[in-house]
Amino acid sequence: MSAGYRPPFGAWGYLAFIAVLAGVPLVAPQFWVTLGNYVGLYSIVALGLVLLTGVAGQTSFGQAAFVGIGAYTTAVLSTQYAVSPWINLAVGLALTLALALFLGFITLRMKGHYLPLATIAWGISLYFLFGNLDFLGGHTGLTGIPALTLLGAELRNERHFYFLIWGITLVALWSTNNLLDSRPGRAIRALRGQAEMAEAFGVDTARLNIVVFVYAALLACISGWLYAHLQRFVNPTPFGINQGIEYLFMAVVGGAGSVWGAVIGATLITLAKQVLQDVLPTLLGKSGNFEIVVFGVLMVLVLQRAREGVWPWLARLLPARAPPPVQAAPPLPVRARTAPAGVLLEVARARKQFGGLVAVNDLSFVIHPGEILGLIGPNGAGKSTMFNLISGALPLTAGAVTFRGESIGGRKPFEIARRGIGRTFQHVRLIPQMTVLNNVALGAYLRGTSGVVRAALKFDRAEEARTRAEAARAIARVGLAAQTHDSAGSLPLGKQRIVEIARALAADPVLLLLDEPAAGLRFLEKQELAALLRQLRAEGMTILLVEHDMDFVMGVTDRLVVMDFGEKLAEGLPAEIQRNPVVLEAYLGGVA
Amino acid sequence: MDLQIFALLVQDGITNGAIYALLALALVLVFAVTRVIWIPSGEFVAYGTLTLAGLQLGTPPGTVGLLAGMAAVAGVMEIYACISRGEARRIPRQLLTWTGVPVAVAAVAWWLASPTLPFWAQILVTLALVTALGPLLYRIAYQPLAEASVLVLLIVSVAVHFALTGLGLWFFGAEGSRTPPFSSESFEFGGIRISVQSMLVVAASVGLIAVLYLFFGRTLTGKALRATALNRVGARLVGVSPDLAGALTFVLAALLCAFSGVLIGPITTVYYDSGFLVSLKGFVGAIIGGLVSYPLAAAGALFVGLVEAFASFWASGFKEVIVFTLIIPVLLWRSLTTQHHEEE
Repeated sequence: MSAGYRPPFGAWGYLAFIAVLAGVPLVAPQFWVTLGNYVGLYSIVALGLVLLTGVAGQTSFGQAAFVGIGAYTTAVLSTQYAVSPWINLAVGLALTLALALFLGFITLRMKGHYLPLATIAWGISLYFLFGNLDFLGGHTGLTGIPALTLLGAELRNERHFYFLIWGITLVALWSTNNLLDSRPGRAIRALRGQAEMAEAFGVDTARLNIVVFVYAALLACISGWLYAHLQRFVNPTPFGINQGIEYLFMAVVGGAGSVWGAVIGATLITLAKQVLQDVLPTLLGKSGNFEIVVFGVLMVLVLQRAREGVWPWLARLLPARAPPPVQAAPPLPVRARTAPAGVLLEVARARKQFGGLVAVNDLSFVIHPGEILGLIGPNGAGKSTMFNLISGALPLTAGAVTFRGESIGGRKPFEIARRGIGRTFQHVRLIPQMTVLNNVALGAYLRGTSGVVRAALKFDRAEEARTRAEAARAIARVGLAAQTHDSAGSLPLGKQRIVEIARALAADPVLLLLDEPAAGLRFLEKQELAALLRQLRAEGMTILLVEHDMDFVMGVTDRLVVMDFGEKLAEGLPAEIQRNPVVLEAYLGGVA
Repeated sequence: MDLQIFALLVQDGITNGAIYALLALALVLVFAVTRVIWIPSGEFVAYGTLTLAGLQLGTPPGTVGLLAGMAAVAGVMEIYACISRGEARRIPRQLLTWTGVPVAVAAVAWWLASPTLPFWAQILVTLALVTALGPLLYRIAYQPLAEASVLVLLIVSVAVHFALTGLGLWFFGAEGSRTPPFSSESFEFGGIRISVQSMLVVAASVGLIAVLYLFFGRTLTGKALRATALNRVGARLVGVSPDLAGALTFVLAALLCAFSGVLIGPITTVYYDSGFLVSLKGFVGAIIGGLVSYPLAAAGALFVGLVEAFASFWASGFKEVIVFTLIIPVLLWRSLTTQHHEEE
């Protein structure tokens, strides 16, 4: 849902939301204020999970343990060492940061399911640790936690505390929403299933995964700190694995794709729990926590029937808002280019083996600046493997790839991207829910510098405006200006391929690698693509084109390298290749 | 610590480890074929013990009601699925499979439950009842999501764990149960006292593992499951139904868990919610094997059992902390030795 990433309503909507929130403690009975406090505390934790699960595609069942670290840090320091709660918050955040970095480093390098499994394990382990350490009060917990003092006033009253909780919740919502609509935000959205694409545009996905995980953990820690000073007492129970699971349920039920899903999920689950705990024991005639059956079944149903959660249903009820127009802004810095002479890229005896299969067999060729080189060959010739050896998606078995005089063989894709090689993918890799503009802006990732903190605090707006303007220019350059604000997934395949080229152009590459850009295109679309490539060449771009559509290739390339069975069969001008008997035999199985 | 205590702890560790190994095998099996990380396996263990305990009292266990209820839900889902696919004529057959058979199992168990039922028959009834829950659970919770990502399936698993724990409380009550050992004999061997019960547990585990080995190596069905585990699409193309493979996997896995429940009953008091920790110990073992290797998973589970036995001797309060913190060095080791993969 692209709507989820945009502010769903205008300034008036926000003001109304805040007014309603602020009204609760002034008029509502105590019970509702208490409930409101809990919804706020839970929303903060669920918000972290929205970013982690709904956006980045990782998950954690152990957030309650981070909440516990926040709560216990301040409980111990304020009761036993009389340290100010505000200092304790900083200490708790530092502890959480260290732990989350450590756990993230261990688990996030591996397949997606190790992190959640590890979170279950440490969730349990920390729970038992809280319950068994004497200085943490064991299973009975710690009492006598002092009230918070804010601007000289003690927050002893729950109604006063309400304003603090929701003040922090709103700041967290605001900053998370800012983050999603920014340079790191676009990269985070690519983490779910598109990490390879993100790497090709310079995103260090391993690092970004950890950053997101840490962000979620820090939010949980803040919630725990608030909890300890609201309750003035802590014991291990609210930090156990079951609470950790309920936090995740909140994010999923509310809609893990949007920050508003966190608030809605926290509200729904808190209210449902309240009602079920009242109703179920009377209804069933037995006492016990039977609400977990309802939650469990509800979750399975949500995942089977409405995986996006409740928020998209509500979002549809809100009036649609026009996307913000792209403002004019100065261009982003441009890469220094070498004079158009000599060799831009040299492949020397490149070799790739998969076990016993030699996919690329000691292949050598060069690309000169400003030319379109076609790499062609029958199916299975090893073209795409060769392509991936240049882009860094596959490591070389032997040989060398040199780009602008520097060896790039064996480097990671994001390092190669940094050096000025842009690429497209044979199977389109766009983020379908994002607009064309945002997809293309992701291509300019390396041309910006805004990090998570700057983006969350909205200090990145000048750069963001330039990035958007740059993306819009790239979109106009490939002739898709009319589709700028459409979601990428709604375009036909041919146009999606063109968006891929625009995204690669937004990276300001010196060399453009195109992997079968004409596949699946209709005749007219192919002609438009050919025109676009000629225009790019006229503007000084160097292009490597991997393709097996002969007609298309003959029309646009300056030179051709023909591959078959991993080896170079021929090299030359298109007209020579067309008459080359060896090539004809490879393609047609003998001269007909 | 003298040799006597050491030997005792090792024996304890191996006995528990053998039970965790059965679980670890079930978890690897389920993950390999269906990509489900089967957190609720622990509830099946608890159901196993509690069912046997119920039969010991000579009354029909709570599992009978649970089985009948799940069979009814699965039946409704099948009717809906048949109608929405326009295959209404298949309804009777599907109903017979998904509702008729489980209800028949439940009815037989209900009819057999009496104080005079011999112990071995009680065990068989327990295994039948709990095993029958496995494919029903797959049909109800997982099959509609068979194409979903590992992450979604994992969240479903946790949700199912919640639901089954609550249902366990409803059907079995909050009371804990122990079941009698198969044997209270013991014998001296080289100055060390060895209980026959421990020997039986280990022998039963090893026997089951051998049976599984033969099943996967020698039978067509076993080979079909292995094929599905390796390549789902490919298996489907040569005619192995993924739904059938999934259901069959859950039959086997539920059987392994039910058997673990029967074995663990005499060792520890089992409550409706005890299964979670047991299954997670199986997971720690399975993760040591990378969730793919059966022998490594079994070895890992044995290791977990030993660590647990020694931890409970030296620092009983921190037993769980130690066992679950064990996963951190294991993950660190795996993370440094495994290639980075992208999850699609």
